[in-house]
Amino acid sequence: MNNLKVILNGIIKENPALVLLLGMCPTLGTTTSAMNGMGMGLATMAVLMCSNTVISLIKRLIPDMVRIPSFIVIIATFVTVLEMLMKAYVPSLYASLGLFIPLIVVNCIVLGRAESFAAKNSPLASLCDGIGSGLGFTLALTMLGAIREILGSGMVFGIRLWSEDFGVLAFVLAPGAFIALAYLIVIVNKLTKKA
Amino acid sequence: MEYVLLAISAIFVNNVVLSQFLGICPFLGVSKKMSTAAGMGAAVTFVLTLATIVTYLLQKYVLNAFHIEYMQTILFILVIASLVQMVEIILKKMSPSLYSALGVFLPLITTNCCILGVAIIVGNGVADGSYDLIKGVVFAIATAIGYALALILFSVLREHLELMNVPEAMKGTPIALLTAGLMAMAFVGFSGMV
Repeated sequence: MNNLKVILNGIIKENPALVLLLGMCPTLGTTTSAMNGMGMGLATMAVLMCSNTVISLIKRLIPDMVRIPSFIVIIATFVTVLEMLMKAYVPSLYASLGLFIPLIVVNCIVLGRAESFAAKNSPLASLCDGIGSGLGFTLALTMLGAIREILGSGMVFGIRLWSEDFGVLAFVLAPGAFIALAYLIVIVNKLTKKA
Repeated sequence: MEYVLLAISAIFVNNVVLSQFLGICPFLGVSKKMSTAAGMGAAVTFVLTLATIVTYLLQKYVLNAFHIEYMQTILFILVIASLVQMVEIILKKMSPSLYSALGVFLPLITTNCCILGVAIIVGNGVADGSYDLIKGVVFAIATAIGYALALILFSVLREHLELMNVPEAMKGTPIALLTAGLMAMAFVGFSGMV
């Protein structure tokens, strides 16, 4: 398959967060600001690219019976590497994402792409799939984070658009995450002519 | 009293689903019927309590004792995955009735991030002394009760939503998320209680 098509597929047609509805926990939990959403998206993308490539390289060595546990160990290894790197180089982002970094291990997107794509395709195509799905996830999280940040505190990426007095606090708190994501999915549904 | 406050805080104020965003996938996935929601809630309670005890002991006597804290994520996910398998096998043998009630939900639990999440929260609290074993177990049980509570309440709402006339684009997940948002808003009302 055309590698560019694989990448685009992950961004638009099979966007993990907005169309496939996978990885809801970090989508809702880390998007208090556009910056956090983007950080989480890029972290997931890094893990996704590494795990997809490695799993695709060694797919013939893994017996079918222990496929899932092996995938989880590979993913957990990359998450641990990422965790240590982030702790060392971007400590503030690491602190604000907190628990959700180790929880990338149980993010359904990573295991889902490993199982449905990397286990069946060539390493290069799997890398492209990782980039595509990762970018799609990053895009969705950044968008959701930006919406919540603008509505909640009148800022985007830390740049003030209007006074904080016009912000709706609920959008920074937990309920806003659910509501903003709900309407984002409605818009996506509308655009993809489902309705 | 300390434990009561901890439990109330974990069930209502910092509800695991509605304010911590852990375990959203099964929250949306198995909440279409109340009976399945109750089954999932029971299974989570069972596994979460067991997993927290095991990971607490591992954190204290293996990870912290040998200073290999960085192995936490890998070790915990392996322990949880094998624990779920083990529970499934034991239940099948010892209590077929409980097994048939929880059966389908057990394999799903491995990927429920509230299990790993609570294990990591308690595990990280071991070194600085903020969690001992009893406190960890109380926290785990209370978190699971909070999870079951949110899941069951949500499933009842969704059963009613099935009968409603919802705009085409909002059918399914969007309207469920909106409902969850309103529920989360209600739960925000608990903040400041503890």
